[in-house]
Amino acid sequence: MAELSYRDAVIRGISQEMERDKNVVFLGEDVAKAGGVFKATVGLYEKFGPLRVRDTPISEQAILGAAMGAAMTGLRPIAEIMFSDFIAVCFDYIANEMPKISYMTNGQIRCPLVIRTGNGAGVRFGAQHSQSVENWTMMIPGLKVVAPSSPVDVIGLMAAAIRDDNPVMFHEHKALYATKGEVPDGEIIDTLGTAKILRAGSDCTILALALMVPRALEAAEILAREHGINAEVVDVRSLVPLDTQTILGSVAKTGRLFTVEENPRLLGWGAEIASIVADEAFWDLDGPIVRITTPHIPLPAADHLEDLALPNAARIVDKIKRVMNG
Amino acid sequence: MAKTAKTTALANDDIGPETRLELYRLQVEIRDCEKRAHDLFLQNMIKGTSHLSLGQEAIAAGFGVAMKKGDKSFCTYRGHAHTLARGVPMEAMLGELMLRDIGLMRGKGGSMHLTSVEHGVMGSYAIIGAHLPIACGSAWRAQYLGDKDVSVCFFGDGTTNIGAFHEALNFAVIWKLPVVFVCENNLYMEYTPIHEVTAVHNPAGDRAGAYGLEKIVVDGNDADVVYRTATAAIEKARNGDGPSLIECLTYRHSGHSRADPGKYRPAGELEKWMEHDPLKIYKQRLSDFGIAERDALAIETESKRKVEVATELCKASPSAPEELLTTDVYADGGWAWRN
Ligand SMILES: Cc1ncc(C[n+]2csc(CCOP(=O)(O)OP(=O)(O)O)c2C)c(N)n1
Repeated sequence: MAELSYRDAVIRGISQEMERDKNVVFLGEDVAKAGGVFKATVGLYEKFGPLRVRDTPISEQAILGAAMGAAMTGLRPIAEIMFSDFIAVCFDYIANEMPKISYMTNGQIRCPLVIRTGNGAGVRFGAQHSQSVENWTMMIPGLKVVAPSSPVDVIGLMAAAIRDDNPVMFHEHKALYATKGEVPDGEIIDTLGTAKILRAGSDCTILALALMVPRALEAAEILAREHGINAEVVDVRSLVPLDTQTILGSVAKTGRLFTVEENPRLLGWGAEIASIVADEAFWDLDGPIVRITTPHIPLPAADHLEDLALPNAARIVDKIKRVMNG
Repeated sequence: MAKTAKTTALANDDIGPETRLELYRLQVEIRDCEKRAHDLFLQNMIKGTSHLSLGQEAIAAGFGVAMKKGDKSFCTYRGHAHTLARGVPMEAMLGELMLRDIGLMRGKGGSMHLTSVEHGVMGSYAIIGAHLPIACGSAWRAQYLGDKDVSVCFFGDGTTNIGAFHEALNFAVIWKLPVVFVCENNLYMEYTPIHEVTAVHNPAGDRAGAYGLEKIVVDGNDADVVYRTATAAIEKARNGDGPSLIECLTYRHSGHSRADPGKYRPAGELEKWMEHDPLKIYKQRLSDFGIAERDALAIETESKRKVEVATELCKASPSAPEELLTTDVYADGGWAWRN
């Protein structure tokens, strides 16, 4: 067991799989010699060489297109899109090409690849480098969508994503790269489509993803300590596949559901989960399902404005306390 | 005089009668099959849309013969010809156009997504330019694994104005990938002449230099020319000497798609190009090289028979089965996105 940063977990997760399978190759802008803009790929080039870890031109369509062509014909590429905002530049591959090729060809072609990207806010990069866009990709049939919150999950889910035979969006959170966590030694493999109950509770369920997970945990501690509310915190981890069983199970136990989302309010992933719970667990509910989100705005750069936009522990506590105490 | 010319031509023949007959056979079969597709539209037996390449057969045939088993082709929604040129059975192609169970994707893909991995036909892509980077990826795999296959990517002149074209070319050149880009310049995008919306005369050829490539612009209606050019480019790629971009000048005889009568074309243009019809050119070529007319006739007769047989098989085939609706969304074969 050792302490590892989320950033180093990315490196270890990729390393683990590249060591295991020579068909795993890696490409992106500044990822090889420079080690990535977030330093999340440092050492891979030195370890695996220029044939397996490749710098590309600033050509997001070519990066994803080439990853797809290689995946269709036998490799298992990992492609980095530097900031998740930039997937808009190559959205054709994410929305039209990769996820549909299996269906359109009646199963003749598979597309096993991972798109890693720096998602989310909290580092004052402004409106075009801070968005949380996991819901952009969640709605596409044929694509899997993962967003880990801790170093151990990064490694395990990365391994699962690389070994999966589908295209997988792997959203790393920029503001989590420096955070640390305990990670066991040896190979780590997780399972896509499994949510994790991080804090057991009886009064309400808080569902969170990525950066919102530590904030939800912090909020749960305050709720217990100061307000006598015992919240269960569930890390969704994977939006597609979605672990509906764990979510419904938790709601059945607590009778209350709060989602904490970083994405802007309209059609965030919490809306889908709220709909599923309303549909399938209505009689388990003791109150309304409440979504805590960023307002429906692009993100500002100024520290205090960005902080004002994102859900934080205080705001989560405040909202839950008011709803629970009705 | 004529006799001497013929003898010299034969003596210098780098292609040979067997290959020539193969080039002719493919062109004839593509033509007949596409004409049948057109008839089937009119009878409403082919629904949706379809894009014919009547008049452009020499390109598919030239590359089809030059490509080897294991080579990969990437085509567009105008991909019937390229698909047949890789040896895909006619009934599987027509069957897909008719959305029948016998079709390549059992009716699930449709005319714009013809795919036969078995024949190296790695998909037809209906978003303009998308497949150029994808072909780069297939070529990258070959390079990385030391596989000897070459990826060939067909697209139209209109595609040269989309970003992916430019990204793919730069990418292929800097990574020295075994990929051949083939622009079929048929003078039109959908309804707009390419010269009205493109700053250079040869939309592909004139840009090649910007990516460190040789400018190659050839007569795309002459199957011999295409075959020679294709062979050289594929050989170059196979030897590890990197990509090529080839612009083949051609003309589509019919409209852009089923819905388009092609009224925007100036008077006389089609007639001029009909004089330069690839099949007409090629039949003459066979005779110039002393290939017996009965061999050409045999090919024509056999092609007609093949089309008849394929049509009947397709008509007898049931339509796409309902259970296909939810298969193969994910790699486990199903569509479940939640438990
Ligand atoms: C990104 C994109 N934009 C527009 C279209 C609509 N569209 C379909 S075919 C076509 C013309 C393409 O012309 P060209 O590349 O010359 O190919 P051709 O049809 O002549 O073979 C257009 C604009 C599309 N399919 N994809």
